[in-house]
Formats: sequence, structure tokens, C-alpha cells
Amino acid sequence: MSSDTNTTAHGHDHDEHGGASHGTFRSYMTGFILSVILTAIPFWIVMSDAIANHTIAALTILGFALVQVIVHMIYFLHMDTKSEGGWNMLALIFTIILLVIAVSGSIWVMYHLDTNMMPMTPVEASNLP
Amino acid sequence: MTTPSLYPAVDSPIFGRLSLAALPIHEPILVGTFIGVSIGAVAVLFAITYFKAWGMLWRDWITSVDHKKIGVMYIILGLVMFLRGFADALMMRSQQAISFGSDQGYLPAHHYDQVFTAHGVIMIFFAAMPFVTGLMNYAVPLQIGARDVSFPFLNNFSFWMTAAGAILTMISLFVGEYAKTGWLAYPPLSGLAYSPGVGVDYWIWGLQIAGVGTLLSGVNLVVTIVKMRAPGMRMMKLPVFTWTALCTNILIVAAFPVLTAILAMLSLDRYLGFHFFTNTMGGNPMMYVNLIWIWGHPEVYILILPLFGVFSEVVPTFSGKRLFGYTSMVYATVVITILSYLVWLHHFFTMGSGASVNSFFGITTMIISIPTGVKLFNWLFTMYKGRIRFELPMMWTVAFMVTFTIGGMSGVMLAVPPADFVLHNSLFLIAHFHNVIIGGVVFGTFAGINYWWPKAFGFKLDRKWGVRSFWFWVVGFYFAFMPLYVLGLMGVTRRMRHFDDQSLQIWFVIAAFGAVLIACGIACMLIQFAVSIMNREKLKDTTGDPWNARTLEWSTSSPPPEYNFAFTPIVHDNDAWWDMKYRGYERPAGGFRPIHMPKNTGAGAILGGISLVFGFAMVWHIWWLAAVGFVALIATAIGHTFNYNRDFNIPAEEVERTEEARTKALAAQG
Repeated sequence: MSSDTNTTAHGHDHDEHGGASHGTFRSYMTGFILSVILTAIPFWIVMSDAIANHTIAALTILGFALVQVIVHMIYFLHMDTKSEGGWNMLALIFTIILLVIAVSGSIWVMYHLDTNMMPMTPVEASNLP
Repeated sequence: MTTPSLYPAVDSPIFGRLSLAALPIHEPILVGTFIGVSIGAVAVLFAITYFKAWGMLWRDWITSVDHKKIGVMYIILGLVMFLRGFADALMMRSQQAISFGSDQGYLPAHHYDQVFTAHGVIMIFFAAMPFVTGLMNYAVPLQIGARDVSFPFLNNFSFWMTAAGAILTMISLFVGEYAKTGWLAYPPLSGLAYSPGVGVDYWIWGLQIAGVGTLLSGVNLVVTIVKMRAPGMRMMKLPVFTWTALCTNILIVAAFPVLTAILAMLSLDRYLGFHFFTNTMGGNPMMYVNLIWIWGHPEVYILILPLFGVFSEVVPTFSGKRLFGYTSMVYATVVITILSYLVWLHHFFTMGSGASVNSFFGITTMIISIPTGVKLFNWLFTMYKGRIRFELPMMWTVAFMVTFTIGGMSGVMLAVPPADFVLHNSLFLIAHFHNVIIGGVVFGTFAGINYWWPKAFGFKLDRKWGVRSFWFWVVGFYFAFMPLYVLGLMGVTRRMRHFDDQSLQIWFVIAAFGAVLIACGIACMLIQFAVSIMNREKLKDTTGDPWNARTLEWSTSSPPPEYNFAFTPIVHDNDAWWDMKYRGYERPAGGFRPIHMPKNTGAGAILGGISLVFGFAMVWHIWWLAAVGFVALIATAIGHTFNYNRDFNIPAEEVERTEEARTKALAAQG
């Protein structure tokens, strides 16, 4: 972790050996091919109109996007549970938790405001959840 | 009331909206202040020139990348801005104490509105934030046995961005006007339609520039704590102050981008006619309130957590005991970090969400008091059966425990949504958050300053004036804010300039008396600093460990050498220095090696200066200057990356000489 020299602005240039692995030709190719496949399928869904229901189509594509994000993180960003002594994974989990809280919370709050703050009669207001 | 004559009818291509009319020469209070400030500034500049200190200031301070000096500069910035913010507070208290019935007081409405906005913004962003950042900057690298932070230049740059934001905010006092919207500038009031002047623009750019500094210093300290701990210092052996600093900086990194985004959206609304937060064209002001509190609630924990850390250092030291429940203290801190993201709606219970939303956020808010309670009990149990020494840091800590608990209880009252419908926006709320912020952040900062001052400067602070300041402050606080609870329960709302009901006046007079007591406390504190500096030989500490403390920063000399530690300490236990003392640690007397250190650079101060010019130009719509400033900013930043001359070695002989001197001083001490 801490050595005598890494206190300077330069010290960390050559000090990344404790960090993530750099990957191999094989792992980069795996990532690349997976990405191509995961991009081609959504493209095909849109172009050939394979799924008639547009909502389901959009959700499917979102699903593929999510898988693609994970592929990128594993093969290109070299994330695993051990890189940087586990700190990368911890930071990822923390980020996801905060994002979910902030986004879903905001949607929930704004949805409630929307329903509650619309012009309404007193009778309607008293029947609100 | 905006005086239309403040701005020219048509923007000038050269000066934008800026004209001589922007200078407040018709406001006697501001002219008087300006004359006072100018005399002070001239005196300071003259003194620096007279003592030929310009070179020293530039070489040793302004360009310094040493975390210790940057920490000290943060605290000085915080103290200066604190005096400005307190002057605003005195003006509000005196206005409210006299403005009853036919008496309109002495502050016109548009001035009063700027005063309360500036008070809030300055106290949070430019007093409290520099205080906590300064304490963390100073103490964290020393506590983990490091020689500096991970990115020393970034640290200097962060400081100057914060200072630039503070200076831009101060400029608004004499050039133009400040926001009249309250410290969070809710739209639609802060939108172009209702605030056409430059006040909100000053607010936006002051915070945007300072926010860059805060965010970068957050990144810096997270990396420092994760990567640069001394060998053997596993996470569960970290000093609690460093733990709280880690959680605080994680919160900074996660929360401040939200503020940046909101400010950017508000700027787009105001500058380019967007409709994020307007009343028309699909804009939604409520979204602004929602988003700003997603930043704002973590922000209050960013302020208080490091001070919880300070108390966790002070209590064991002055009780002569190991901290009670270290593990639970760490978990309480982490739980608060997460929970601080789950409570933001309690700032706007009354905005119109349904019962289910309000109950959820009410309950999460009440849950936060559990880990906070764990912390208080840990401190109390640490004191239990300890040999307590009531030195100044310990006195501030005890005052904190009592005051903060009262503030916390009124907070739990406000967390009950039906109660909040009665109390929101009232002086009860004002009393509550001053109770926790003064009782927690301010008292904690004073505990921290009194605690680490001997480490930073090599002599203790004068006790007599410190005790006087303490009592004036604590008693003054209760006089100033307990009446506000009463008034709030009677239904008096915040931010009022004038009252008709004469029966309220007595409470405001009591509150104003409390503010005067606090003013005496501040005066005593300034005298304490002056007296201590004059008596520094008598108050000198050569041991480096005047309090018989427990953590690593006390193992080195006071003030520490530039390189902090000649050899990186090896840690075997929590309270590493206590453990070393207990095991009969011997200072190494030889075998020193050259120490690789970062070089000072002026780039941070220059970038901060250019940001200030850029911000000023944006505020006044001086587009050509803004463009020049922006290009200069990018060019300077890129130019700095070509500076390869960034490090140097302190030769082994020099390290040996420094350590030799310390050995002699310790021997003379006996």
C-alpha cells in the first residue's frame, strides 16, 4: 500500500501493480465479441420488428444494454471483486445504491406531488391515498 | 424591490450589465462598511509590504502544496468568512429586536433579504465547509502516517477554487447585489422572472467555483485514506477522525455533483431561457427542491461527521482511556453515511407528497437518531471512570454533548410530519438547526482548533481567554436561540423584517442579547489567538505531545517537519501512538534516507484567480471577458501538465539535522 515514494504527485505513475489486472488478448477478444453480439441483437430486434409490442421491445433492449454494461466492466474496465483490494466493487455497490435511492426516490416523490397537487375538489382531495 | 437603476437599459458590449450604478453609494451602511474594509485592507497590505512578507507569503503559503499549510489556510479562510457571516447575523438580530409597530428598523427590505441569504450561504459554504476541510486536511495525513495527501497540487488548487468562490461572494457586497432568495435560492423566486438582478448569478457562480474545489478535495482525501495508510493500519485500526473523514469525503464525492448539476440547470434557465424550473413551458420548480435536498441533506452530514471524529479523538485523550466501542462508532458512522441519503424529503414535508411518502421519510429521519445516540453513549462511556482533564478541547466537547442532544431532540420533533406542518418555516426550525450546527459544527471546530493548535504551531492556546470565550459562547448561544424555539411555537415565521405584534418583542430582545454575548465570545477568541501568539515562548511545547494523546500525529514534532515522518511508522494497534509509548518506542537516531517530496507551484492560485475573473464576467454578462477567462483557464490547466519539474528530494543530511534538533529538544525537556 504505502511506500516511501508514493507521497508525491508523480509517485503513483508506476505504482499500479496493486490495482486492476491489465487483461489479455483473449479477454479483450471475448469482451469485444460479446459486445458485438449484444449490440447486434437489439439492432436486429428494431430493424426486423421481431417483437411487435413496443414496450416489451424497449424493455428487452434495456435488458441487453444492462448486460452490455456488465460485459464492459468485466472485460474492459477489469472489474472484479478483488481489483484494488475490493475497493472497486465496494465503490460500485455504493454508487448503485445511491443511484437507485436518488432516482427511484425522486420518481416516487414527484409522482406523489403530481397526483396530490393537481387542481381538485375537496371531495376528491379527501379521497386521496 | 429591485432598483431598476442598478443596471443599464441595454447591456454594454464592453462592460455587460456593469455600470457605476452598480456601486451602492446611496446605501450609507454599505458605504460605511466599505470604508472600514478598505482601511483594514490597506493596513494589511501595508503591513505585509512593511515586513517584506510578500515573498514569504508567495513561496511558503500561496504556492504551498503541503497539506498542513493548506489546512491552516482553510481554517483562516473559514474564520474570516465566519466573521462576515456573524456580522450579518448581528444585523438581523438587531433589526428584528427593534422593528416593531411603527418602527421599521434600519434595514430596508431588499437589503435585509440579501443579509439573510448571505448569512446562510457564507456560514455553510465558506465558514463551516472550510473549517471541516481544513481540519481534515491538517490531521488526516498525519493520523495515517503519510507524508502528504495523494495529489498535493490538486489540494492547493482545491483551496484556491474555494477561496475564489468566497471572494466572488464577498465582491457582491460592494458591486451590485446578492441574492434575495434565501440560502438555497428556490425557484421560481430565483428564476429570471422574479430575480432579474445579478444577485442569484453571484450565488450560482460563487457556489459553482467553490464546489469544484470541494469536490476535488473530496476525491483527494478519499484516495489518501484508501491508499496511503501506514503499514499495519488496517481499516479497523484507523483513528476515528480518519474514519469520519473518509465517510465525509465519500459523501462529498457522491453529493456535490448533484449540486453542480442543479446550479448548471438553474444557470441554463437564467442565461439561455431554458425551462427546467420555471412555472411555464413544462418546467417544475418542485424538482429543484427535490434535487437540491438530495445534495443538501448529505451536506449537513458532511459538516457534522468530521466533528464527530474530532470529539472521538478529544474524549479518549482527555479521559486517559481508549475510546469505548470503537467498532460500534465506526459502524454508526457508516450507517449515518448511508441513511443520510434516505431522508431528504423531510426538508419539504409540506410541499404536497402523500401520507405514505411523508411517513417513509419521517421514519427514516427518526432512525438516524439511533446511530447518533450510539455515538453519544460511546463518548459518555469513554468518560465514565476516566481521569478527565477539563482542558479547552474537552470543555467544548462537553458543551457539544449537551447542546447537540437538545438540538437532536427538537430535530426528532420536526421529523414527525404532522408536527412539521405546524413548525415548518418557523423560527422553531431556525432554532433547531442552529442548535445542531452551532452546538455540533462550531463547537466541534473550536474543540479541534484548541486541540490541534499546539501541533500546528508548537505552542498551546492561552487557557484564560479560551475559558472566557467558551462561557460567552455557550451562554450566549442559549440566550440567542432558546427564545427562537418559543417564538417558533407561537407561529413566528423565519426571514421576517418587521413585526406588528408588540408582545413578541421581548423574545427578540433576549435573542439579540444572546448574539451580543456570542460577539464577546468571538472577541475573546481573537484575543486568545493574539495573546497566545505573543506569549508563544511561555506556552511552548517541545514534546510534540502536549495532551498525552493517542494517535500518530502526536508522535512527530510540533510543528511537524515538512516531511511529517522521517520513517513511515508501523502500526500494531488502534491508538498507534499510545501503543508506541506503552511499548517504550525509541526514536530512530540514524539511517536517514533522502525524502522525495512534491514541489510548490503557483498554478493553483493562478487557476483560482482566473476562475474568479471568469465568474465575475459571467455574473455581469461581460461575454468577451468570460470567453477569455474560460480559454485562459483551459490553457493554464493544460500548460501546467507540461510542468515536469514537480518534485525534489530532501537530502538525508537535512533530515538528519532536523531530527537531531528534535532529539536535543526532547532531551532538554527531560
